[in-house]
Amino acid sequence: MKEELLSIIEKNSRIGLDELAVLLGSDEKTVLDELSNLEKEGVICGYHTLIDWEKTNIEKVSALIEVRVTLQRGEGFDKTAKRIYNYPEVKSVYLISGGFDLLVTLEEKSLKDIANFVSQKLSTLESVLSTATHFILKRYKDHGEILDKKKEDSREIITP
Amino acid sequence: MKPLSDKVLNLKPSGIRKFFDIASEMKDVISLGVGEPDFDTPWHIRDEGIYALSEGKTFYTSNTGLKELRNEIASRVKRTRNVSYNPDKEIIVTVGGSEAIDIGLRALINDNEEVIIPTPSYVSYEPCAILANAKPVIINLKGENEFRLKPQELINAITPKTKVLILPYPNNPTGAIMERDDLEKIAKIIIDNDIYVMSDEIYSALTYKGEHTSIVSLEGMKERTILIDGFSKAYAMTGWRLGYACASKEIIQQMLKIHQFAIMCAPTTSQYAAIDALKNGDSDIQEMKTSYNQRRRFLINAFKKMNLECFEPYGAFYVFPCIKEFNMSSDEFAMKFLEEEHVAAIPGNAFGESGEGYLRISYAYSLESLREAMIRLERFIKKLRKK
Repeated sequence: MKEELLSIIEKNSRIGLDELAVLLGSDEKTVLDELSNLEKEGVICGYHTLIDWEKTNIEKVSALIEVRVTLQRGEGFDKTAKRIYNYPEVKSVYLISGGFDLLVTLEEKSLKDIANFVSQKLSTLESVLSTATHFILKRYKDHGEILDKKKEDSREIITP
Repeated sequence: MKPLSDKVLNLKPSGIRKFFDIASEMKDVISLGVGEPDFDTPWHIRDEGIYALSEGKTFYTSNTGLKELRNEIASRVKRTRNVSYNPDKEIIVTVGGSEAIDIGLRALINDNEEVIIPTPSYVSYEPCAILANAKPVIINLKGENEFRLKPQELINAITPKTKVLILPYPNNPTGAIMERDDLEKIAKIIIDNDIYVMSDEIYSALTYKGEHTSIVSLEGMKERTILIDGFSKAYAMTGWRLGYACASKEIIQQMLKIHQFAIMCAPTTSQYAAIDALKNGDSDIQEMKTSYNQRRRFLINAFKKMNLECFEPYGAFYVFPCIKEFNMSSDEFAMKFLEEEHVAAIPGNAFGESGEGYLRISYAYSLESLREAMIRLERFIKKLRKK
């Protein structure tokens, strides 16, 4: 049940407990227990909403930043990652294989805010060797959802 | 000019059509009528089709279909039914399961032999039997048996002229399935009376109670059965028009003659895509099945809450609620439901007389659509009950 439960609420965290139980062929108590366990275990980390900010008149600028890091004796990547993720404007931090080490995503109100963050906060960390900032121009798909999807049923009438 | 073929002129047009034509004129109609998956064909399968085109694989294939595809079909049938078919002699790739029904019946039947058709079921069996010069013998399945075929019903329908039984499970439109012990009783009667079976298992991948059981897996049945399956429902590949039949080499040889003269071969692009479906598509089936199952549970629960009688169906993507309490015919009910609530569901009698008093609701629709449709259905039947 766990995987199916997680798949459903990953797509729709607003679903009611009653309906969740029906879809899973279970009962509300069992599902509620499972949910609380998953929350306690940290498997469920939050219930978020996917928003296409472009469709609002609220300005948001996002960037992906590649960060190369130098490792200090006795410190892994974790310490630098922690230094970075503690900034509230940082949306995500990943350790990456390949040409650089950390991938940081950032959301700010303007280009200038991002530039300031990179030059004043990120680049000044001792362990950061270099950064490369990529601005996001358009979001086509996010969290598995195609943002500009037209929900049309293209099935034609056919008999039998 | 001289009149056209009597046989064809006398075929009744499908009853679903008329209904859809009305629905298509309306705005904000929620349709629950369509009998095809709402999922797109998984991308990796489409990609293989595109690749085949870009590689210039645009020629005919052999009449029976690509060898690699037949090999993969044999392996899937073995995987799902534990029965081995020789891919070179016992499998033919067809244009959808529907072609397999047509050529299978034509290969088996002499004039005026009888084809037993349990109904409610897919509407093509009867016309295909008639076009093959057979006499259709209808079994009216019963709601109280959850629309399973009962041994006595079969025995009552058998005459010395009986040639073939059509076994349409998992069933469109009822969602009924036949389990092993149901099939064992049927198989015994079939063998005792020396009858063939056409087992239309196009919905076999969509079974929600254990795994699908095929009659071919029972002793003595493989040699007298044409097993039909395909890609439309399992892999959401309706428009690719691809199905297959497995049977003894004697039967396949004769089906092949009709197929080669009428069709030549199934579409090449589709065949290449289908190889990938069979090799890498098991997890896609599983994912779609999980979604269908959630919707199925949702609908059954919604009916329960509004006190609408419906047996729990374990196959395909249909539920078949009973509307007899409203003292209306299926046609009237469906039409009024469409007019007043703008929801299109198919009257059960479109699938045979025994479907009268029922409604076919397809759950090849998103949960959001189903949620809204159930709100409208509840409102509708509340109004009816008040009167």
